[in-house]
This record gives sequence, C-alpha cells and structure tokens, in this order.
Amino acid sequence: MTDRNRRNAPHEYGFETRTIHAGAQPDPVTGARNTPIYQSTSYVFDDVDHAADLFNLQTFGFIYSRLTNPTVSVLEERIANLEDGRAAVCASSGHAAQFLAFFTLLDPGDEFLASKNLYGGSITQFGVSFKRLGWQCNFVDPHDPENFRKALTPKTKAIFIEVLANPGGVVVDLEAVANIAKDAGIPLIVDNTLATPYLCQPFAWGADLIVHSTTKFLSGHGTSLGGAIVESGKFDWAQNDKFPTMTEPDPAYHGLTFAETFGDFGFTMKARAVGLRDFGPCLSPQNAFYTITGMETLHLRMDRHIANAQVVAEFLAGHPAVDWVSYAGLKSSPYKALAEKYMPKGAGSVFTFGVRGGYEGGVNLVENVNLFSHLANVGDTRSLILHPASTTHRQLSDDQRDAAGAGADVIRLSIGLETADDLIYDLDQALTKTM
Amino acid sequence: MTAAPLIYDDAEIIGILRTVRTIAMVGASANWVRPSNFAMKYLQGKGFRVIPLNPGQAGKEILGETCYASVADIPGPVDMVDIFRNSEAAGPIVDAVLPIAADKEIKVIWMQLGIRNDDAAARAEAAGLTVIMDRCPKIEYGRLFGELSWSGVNSGIITSKRRKLG
Repeated sequence: MTDRNRRNAPHEYGFETRTIHAGAQPDPVTGARNTPIYQSTSYVFDDVDHAADLFNLQTFGFIYSRLTNPTVSVLEERIANLEDGRAAVCASSGHAAQFLAFFTLLDPGDEFLASKNLYGGSITQFGVSFKRLGWQCNFVDPHDPENFRKALTPKTKAIFIEVLANPGGVVVDLEAVANIAKDAGIPLIVDNTLATPYLCQPFAWGADLIVHSTTKFLSGHGTSLGGAIVESGKFDWAQNDKFPTMTEPDPAYHGLTFAETFGDFGFTMKARAVGLRDFGPCLSPQNAFYTITGMETLHLRMDRHIANAQVVAEFLAGHPAVDWVSYAGLKSSPYKALAEKYMPKGAGSVFTFGVRGGYEGGVNLVENVNLFSHLANVGDTRSLILHPASTTHRQLSDDQRDAAGAGADVIRLSIGLETADDLIYDLDQALTKTM
Repeated sequence: MTAAPLIYDDAEIIGILRTVRTIAMVGASANWVRPSNFAMKYLQGKGFRVIPLNPGQAGKEILGETCYASVADIPGPVDMVDIFRNSEAAGPIVDAVLPIAADKEIKVIWMQLGIRNDDAAARAEAAGLTVIMDRCPKIEYGRLFGELSWSGVNSGIITSKRRKLG
C-alpha cells in the first residue's frame, strides 16, 4: 500500500454491519429510515432531453420498473456489497438470473461447462431448455477439477458450478476450477445460493460472476422468490475474442459497447439494459423489500442453521435406519477439507442422507414426519424434507439422478431454526416407522 | 508488478466535485456513443461546464461547446483538466498544463478510469495541484450522490445519514 493509500484507507465495516446497512440510506426527502417499497411502475422525466439521456444510458435514473426500481436497487447493492463484488442485478427468481447471465454471455452455437452436481432444476434448464436456444451445456464430474480442463472446447464460454452443491452436500474445489477458467480466458460462474456470502466468498477464490436464488437463505423465511447476478468487476472481457456480446457495438443498444462504456460493471448493465428490458423477468419491489428485511439477520440465521445442521447430521449418522449421511461438516465426509477451506464457519444446512428401504423407505419417511415440512424448497426458517427421486429430480434419468446425488434412497433436508432436539425427535419417530 | 489500486478518501472526491465548475476534457469525442461523450453529457447535466479538447475537432462544436486543440488554447480559466487518453499520453499532457496552471487557475488534474501515471502525478502534486487517477468523474459523481446505486453498483457507502443529492 502506498503512503497515499494508507492516509486515505477508509474504515472497513464488518459483514454483520453490511447485511443491515449496505445499499440503504435514509430517504433524502422524508428521512424514512427503512427502505420504502416503491410500488410504482414508472418515473417522470424532467424534460425530453432527460428522457433521451435515460433511454440512451447517458445518465443514471429510473424509467420503468422492468429495468430499475428504487427498492430493488437497494437489494442489488446490498448483495453486491456482501459478495465483495462491483455490481449486481436482481431477477424474478434464481432461474431467471441464470437465464440472464447466460443470455448476456452467449450467442447461439456457444457452449459452456457445468458441474454435474447441481440443483435438478438447473440441470434441466441448462441441458434441455437452453439447448433450444442454441446454447450447449456439457456436464462435467467436478470431483476432479481437471475434468473441466479436459472438457474445454474452442466454443466454451464459461464454467458454472455450485460451490456447495444441492442436494448432495458436495463441495467443489472452487480455486482449482477458477484457475482452469482463468487459463482458458473464460469466466467462472458460481451459484452461491446454499453457502451464502456469509459462509463462502467465491470472488476471493477467483470466481468472476455469482448467481443466487435469493428465495433461499438470503430472503430466509420462505416468503419471496428472487434471484441475482453479481459481477466481480475483475474479468477482462477484451482479453480474447470470445465475448463479442460485451466488446462489440451492440445492435440492441444503438451500437453501445458495454464493456468499454461501463467498464467494471458492464456485464450487469448489459444484463439489465438488454436482458431485463427484452425478456422482462424483473424482481417485484414487494419481494425485494421482504428479501432486504430477511437479509438483515442473515448472519444470525446462518449461525443457527449450521449449528442445528451439525447436530442433526451427527444424530442421523448414528441412526440404524440410515445407511449414510452426506454432510460436508461431518468428519467422515470426503468434502470436509474442502468445506473447511471454502466455508470455514460451517457447511450450510442443506444435506442428504440415505434411508434404509430405498425408494419406498424415502416415501414412507417424508409422509411420516410431523415437524419437517414436505416441500420443494430450501433455506427457510422451517426445517424442510424432500425425497428428490419422487419430486425435484423426477424428470431426470436414473443415471442423471445418481450423478446429481439424488438416487432412490436419498432424502434431502434443509435444517431450519427450530429447537434441535425437536428436529431429532421428529426424524427419529418417522425413521422408526420405516424400519 | 502491478501497483496496488489507488484509494481516495470519499470526502476529497466530494470536495472536488462540489468546488470544480469548469472542466477541460482532453480527448473528448464527437461520436455520441463514445464513453468520453457520455461522460461529458452527464457532467453537463450536473451543472458542470465541460470544454472539449480534441485536435481533430478544433473549432467545431461538441455538445454545444467549442472544441479546442489544447488547454493553452482555451480562453479564460479552467478548474480541472480531465484526461481521457492513455497512461503514456497523460505525461506530456500534464507537462503542458503545469506551466500555465497558475495563469489558467487550474487546481485539479484528473486521469480517467484505467489511466495512471505516477510520475506525472508526482510532478503535478509538486506544483501544488490535486491529482486523481484511475477514476471517472461521472462514475464518482454517480457513486457519491447515490445515482450509481440505482443501477445496483456497490458504492461502498455505509451511513445512517440521509442520502445526499448532488
């Protein structure tokens, strides 16, 4: 650090402070302390010239809530801040955020690599629906990071992983994959939904873009769908000729070159100004408000989520009706070392275990719990249970299900914030009925 | 070795943006989709007078202002010189400004985002000028007065005070 920098170095606020304050300031006119819900579709122009400047992206401001909304903006900045990123753009769901990220990167005929260990919905989105747009996803076994290098082709434009994978309790060697992406001159996109920025900071390990389903732990209470893309601001789009969507004049925006004009937040500007504008999956201000409110306790909730998950995982590991437990926080987990490196506070609260009795055992269990809710979500204050083979991963083949850690006997838990003993009691009584 | 990114105190940048009124923009483009043209139009909208400097456009108008070839050609005083050229070019530009800085009342030399010339900055600072490098005044104005946050950009600002309007 130069002398000039030492003199000017600002105080660095802690994560807990930033979960509450980043992106939000009291309203300049009314002094309202909490972020208002700006339930407005559109915003007045000062005059015709101001309108033209806004539409041309020559000035910053609000036009229409499909592009920007003052409540959503607060959430975007807060997520960007917590991920130590440059900028973020929100979307109506995690899937919408993934769509916008790839739309901003890819042209028809382009390819990307994705870990085989992903949320089942992402496997279907990437492998089936994206294919119809001419975007080819090639799935890779992430257990050996070199598999990504071997699968690279000249058309590969990105690598996508879940650092803490859903549903298997798998941790991917983020830094190793980031180095492979860097060598190839392509961005590494990390889905940080299950770890959250409280447990894992993907940009610190070399990721270039982060996507979130904010529906899960960020919002945290099972109330509000949402998604986000975060940009590190450090990826050089002009280092090769792979990213004409960023480095060449954009016909969808009067010849503007996004990387040059907006620099280190060019990607999020393009995802917003073209992606949100032309496809429309914007986040509602009401959902943004619930998510902002939920995020203010992210640090407190995650501490309890991981403490409860550890206790429940250890209980299950010793239960006679359980064949195996895949939780990266357990000493027996092959991912323990990776979890300690990338998420030292804890390995999240979503994990899987194998119930004796296979498919039938799984069905029996989810139908006999009383406190756990049988539903297809994770990251709620409530504890959740799911039998992926009969629900979320139903549309996959047996091979795909096994590869994704969602075989016939697999049960996925999302451990909530209830009394840990009650969670153990509930699982024990239901497991006993499967024996 | 790449030098560590520069850190500037937000209060210093706010002070500059609140006191500077006239900016000479070296490398202003007449092409309306170029970044320099965007920055010029934005700053004009915030009440700054921006005088474009571009030898190829000298005598013509850009965004309603007469374009000059160099700082020396501008009639009257200028508060700040904003350099929209590469890092190497910034050196000779600074050296041309320093002998006329007192006469022109130039107080600040600003080098755009991605532009950094530590030697030239040291010469300007030795002459009593304030130097900002590797920043864009449009982006800093937007960041410090809340407008950049509207596009989801991380301003780094944490405060319980009302958001300041520019």
